[in-house]
Amino acid sequence: MSGPLHKFDRPNSYIGRSVVRPDAKRLVEGQGNYVDDLQLPRMVHAAFVRSPYAHAKIISIDTSNAKSVTGVVAVFVGNDINSQVKPWTATLTHLKGMRSPPQLPLADAVARWQGEPIVMVVAQSRAIAEDACELVEIEFEPLEPVCNTEIAAQRGTPLIHPELDSNVAWEREVVAGDADTAMQGSDITTLERTFHFGRHTGVTLESRSVVTEFNKSDDTLVFHYSGQAPHMMQAVLSKHLQLPEENVRVVARDVGGSFGIKIHTYGDEIATAVAARLLCRPVKFIADRLESFSSDIHAREHRVHGKIAVNKNGEIVALTFDDVTGIGPYSMYPRTSAIECNQILNLTGAPYKIENYYAKGTVVFQNKNMMCQYRAVGHPVAMAVCDSLIEDVAHEINMDVVDIRRRNLIADDAYPVTSATGMKFNELSHHQSLDSLIAMMNYDQLRNDQKSDRAAGIYRGIGLVSMVEVTNPSPMFYGVGGAPIAAQDGASIRLDAAGALHVSCSVTEQGQGTNTILAQIAAEVFGVDIDRVKVTTGDTANVPYGGGTWASRGAGIGGESVLLAAKALKDQVLDVAASILQTSADSLDIDAGTVINIADGAERMDLGELGKIVYYRANELPPDIKPELIATRHYRVTDYPFVFTNSAMAAHVEVDVETGFVKVLDFWVVEDCGRVINPKLVDEQIRGGVVQGIGGALYEECLYDDDGQLLNATMADYLVPMAAEMPDIHILHVETPTTTSNLGAKGAGEAGTGGAPAAILNAVNDALRPLDTAIHQMPMTPERILKALYPDKL
Amino acid sequence: MKAPDFQYQCPRTLNDALVQLSSDDVECQPLAGGQSLMPMMNLRLAQPEMLLDLNNIAELSFIREAGSHIEIGAMVRYATLLESKLIHHHIPLFVQALPHIAHAAIRNRGTIGGSVALADPAAEMPALLKALDATIEVVSKSSTRTISADDFFLGTYETALRSDELVHSIKVPVAISEHRYGFYELARRHGDYALAGVAIGAHSVEPYTNLRIVFFSISDCAVRAVEAEDALNGKLSNDSTALGNALETLSKLNYYEDANASSATKNHLARVVMQRALSKLSTAVS
Ligand SMILES: Cc1cc2nc3c(=O)[nH]c(=O)nc-3n(C[C@H](O)[C@H](O)[C@H](O)COP(=O)(O)OP(=O)(O)OC[C@H]3O[C@@H](n4cnc5c(N)ncnc54)[C@H](O)[C@@H]3O)c2cc1C
Repeated sequence: MSGPLHKFDRPNSYIGRSVVRPDAKRLVEGQGNYVDDLQLPRMVHAAFVRSPYAHAKIISIDTSNAKSVTGVVAVFVGNDINSQVKPWTATLTHLKGMRSPPQLPLADAVARWQGEPIVMVVAQSRAIAEDACELVEIEFEPLEPVCNTEIAAQRGTPLIHPELDSNVAWEREVVAGDADTAMQGSDITTLERTFHFGRHTGVTLESRSVVTEFNKSDDTLVFHYSGQAPHMMQAVLSKHLQLPEENVRVVARDVGGSFGIKIHTYGDEIATAVAARLLCRPVKFIADRLESFSSDIHAREHRVHGKIAVNKNGEIVALTFDDVTGIGPYSMYPRTSAIECNQILNLTGAPYKIENYYAKGTVVFQNKNMMCQYRAVGHPVAMAVCDSLIEDVAHEINMDVVDIRRRNLIADDAYPVTSATGMKFNELSHHQSLDSLIAMMNYDQLRNDQKSDRAAGIYRGIGLVSMVEVTNPSPMFYGVGGAPIAAQDGASIRLDAAGALHVSCSVTEQGQGTNTILAQIAAEVFGVDIDRVKVTTGDTANVPYGGGTWASRGAGIGGESVLLAAKALKDQVLDVAASILQTSADSLDIDAGTVINIADGAERMDLGELGKIVYYRANELPPDIKPELIATRHYRVTDYPFVFTNSAMAAHVEVDVETGFVKVLDFWVVEDCGRVINPKLVDEQIRGGVVQGIGGALYEECLYDDDGQLLNATMADYLVPMAAEMPDIHILHVETPTTTSNLGAKGAGEAGTGGAPAAILNAVNDALRPLDTAIHQMPMTPERILKALYPDKL
Repeated sequence: MKAPDFQYQCPRTLNDALVQLSSDDVECQPLAGGQSLMPMMNLRLAQPEMLLDLNNIAELSFIREAGSHIEIGAMVRYATLLESKLIHHHIPLFVQALPHIAHAAIRNRGTIGGSVALADPAAEMPALLKALDATIEVVSKSSTRTISADDFFLGTYETALRSDELVHSIKVPVAISEHRYGFYELARRHGDYALAGVAIGAHSVEPYTNLRIVFFSISDCAVRAVEAEDALNGKLSNDSTALGNALETLSKLNYYEDANASSATKNHLARVVMQRALSKLSTAVS
């Protein structure tokens, strides 16, 4: 498809404007409807006894004391729940050779991470359930935990799953050109680094939450959850609880953030559904913070050894790396835990012309909490590895870090381009974005100030990143591999008797403003005021079938489906209006809820009046006019596997070389997400993402000891970035609309998280450079920076 | 997480509270601002049989001048201290340090008595009280004791307080114009417990006299660096040899490790914070 069909500057112009979120007031006033707000008759509450060991045999479980607590309704051990569930196996056929053993909700014979649920207590209140949990007695025989990713795959390491011959879940190699040969040669400079990325997690304001209702009379299950992908969850529940899919309804009302954390199959949530079915009572499970830290998926534990080679002109002649990542004891269902590594293999170096490329990824099992897809899957690692190698090698050959990027970034007019890893890129603007970044941040001035600061003993650094972000995925991401994950989305729009629009769409809202954007598109394309548009998302009983929220696709894919549906509904309405007004449809338009003449703008008929004629006084219509006043359209990306976006970012930091503390002074982003539908919402996404990226770079890490014990599972000990420490984040946009849709919108949800860590890493190392030291481990904590500065003393 | 069940009493007088506290029938735990106790209960790290709520005892909320001392009731909140003119005039070290304790919402509830009774090794207040040479008044149904801050804090969450006693008040000597105070802490995020921090009081500088250098968040409780004090007392602030010697003595302190810092790192940071706090010391009292 090509070219926008609609002018975007009509009176009901909302696309491109910072429309205030219609639901903001409701949420700010505390009128939100979160899962924990749900109170149902006869509802009971679940709590779990979780494994205190990273790896242990479960010898015996005594629940008699727990059962005797007043108010306890049921105590379930592994088999009670597991026998009701068809096991799930998290592999995808397009990830060749991948393996992961079948999983069930509760650990039965062996517990494989600290925090794995073993016993479920259901009681009149959560407090009583917790009281009873304390009385469950479990005899364990501790087994040797396998935590370190680098030794997990080695021979002689205990097997986490004895039925597999090693702890390796998946391996892949990507080879393009001939890197080894390209790295030879007298005019070639090579540079190697080993990077360590710490595990972290997406700390959502609202924790994982489920209320399940089961109606025995008609064998139906309602799963209220705080999540991102209702239809995927419907398919999962149907398959593994063995209920007809149409008998499972999944509802996600207001959701307090998810970041990819809430798009997976968690044993405790499935157990909650099973318990509701066994007890025929609604069961509520709200994860507390401790449970969140030890059972919400983690991400990004990677060790990457990378090597870059450039010629005298600073042109990258080869890039190679080897990534080892630990994913916990199983792959997470149904997306699998190999995608993060796969993304790193696919995306490292993606902004640049690189012909000779070698990448190897090894995904291993280990006795820690499971890892899976969290906002910007793989991107922070991929971008940090490549752009850190580029900046370090630039210094090696005395070239400015902007200059070396200009020599290597793919030209803006070269697209479409296929990368060394086979990724297809189109309509990107790396050079324009970098130019605009350099101007915005006043790069030359900063470099000058840096010199004088250093003379005064102040160590400031500037770091950049040029990046791509995977957005608007096609079925090539998951569906192709057999997962019940839709890459298409649909929207239905209905005109009611009062002339208002009701939009229902299969993408979902977790606080990012998706519903606002859908309303903007519907209002503008159809021609009504935005306050006459009501949006429903997040309910499998009420929205068309679709994928929900993941991979920055809500606006680009869900938005396009709304655009198409609004256009179709409008054509219908104009046909009806033409019939009533005895004129031709193409002489009419809709403006602010009124049918008007295109020629002179004269108002012909209010939509409320039209609605009343259609719904109440259809006798006034000719018999052959049978209006439906509802239209449904679905949309998927067909031309490309993914619609990539790009951005350029920069960080300015100051390192206190006595304490190792890093202060981020400023942060700049130039982002090209195609058509910007709501600048304020896009900026919020970028800023929030950058803050999460700064979190990964400087603060956040799930710290485990050698025995696989999580050491910092509280908000006091796990440091999320806080406002006081955050810099101003300056944002500009380059708009290169994608021609894969009418709307032209790409995604914007993950860029900040994907790019910021690389920029911060580079900035810190730029600050440290005069002291002849560097750090390549995230988060860059004060102690790690001090160790880099004073290796002999600390 | 939810706290286990507990009984609850909310006496209106100190005497009622002390009677309840001395009862052998039920094990009571006083509740002040709840900013440490409530999280500990919800994490089930504390499981008191009965909560004895001190928040209605007006007798424990006062700030008053008593000769050369300021007396502060146990139930005075951090926020109240920060707003108090008496504190601003007479205990400038509090004014420097209190904004570093947690966040405004927590300072609105958290009390001086609660912090003293808790004796968190990372807390500022025990170190401040040692640096100020303060004393702590404790009461039980049958007795009253005055304990110097130096003798009160014994270890991690360990104090000289007996189970039938309450912290009644804190007595802090008023600052006079020659006195100097310094405070410095390194916290990852504003309001976090510090990685390392120090509070310093001196009767004068040039030369240093009666120095009290007290570290927090490096050891099992607020710890005075007596050898460092000795190395500096009687010396001028620009005496770099004395400073060097004082810094060297810090390696003898007993550092504890945590997930964020080894003892070597703590030692390194202790040197940095002491130097930075000393450099602020030479500037005059507000
Ligand atoms: C997010 C957060 C950040 C924080 N950051 C810091 C920080 O940076 N620095 C810091 O120092 N603190 C910090 N705190 C802790 C805070 O300062 C606490 O308020 C303080 O440590 C305890 O005071 P409280 O009045 O809340 O006491 P409570 O929590 O009510 O009680 C604490 C303990 O003292 C006992 N107790 C209380 N009053 C008396 C009394 N009069 N006599 C005998 N025993 C008594 C209680 O029984 C309990 O054992 C933080 C807290 C939070 C939640």
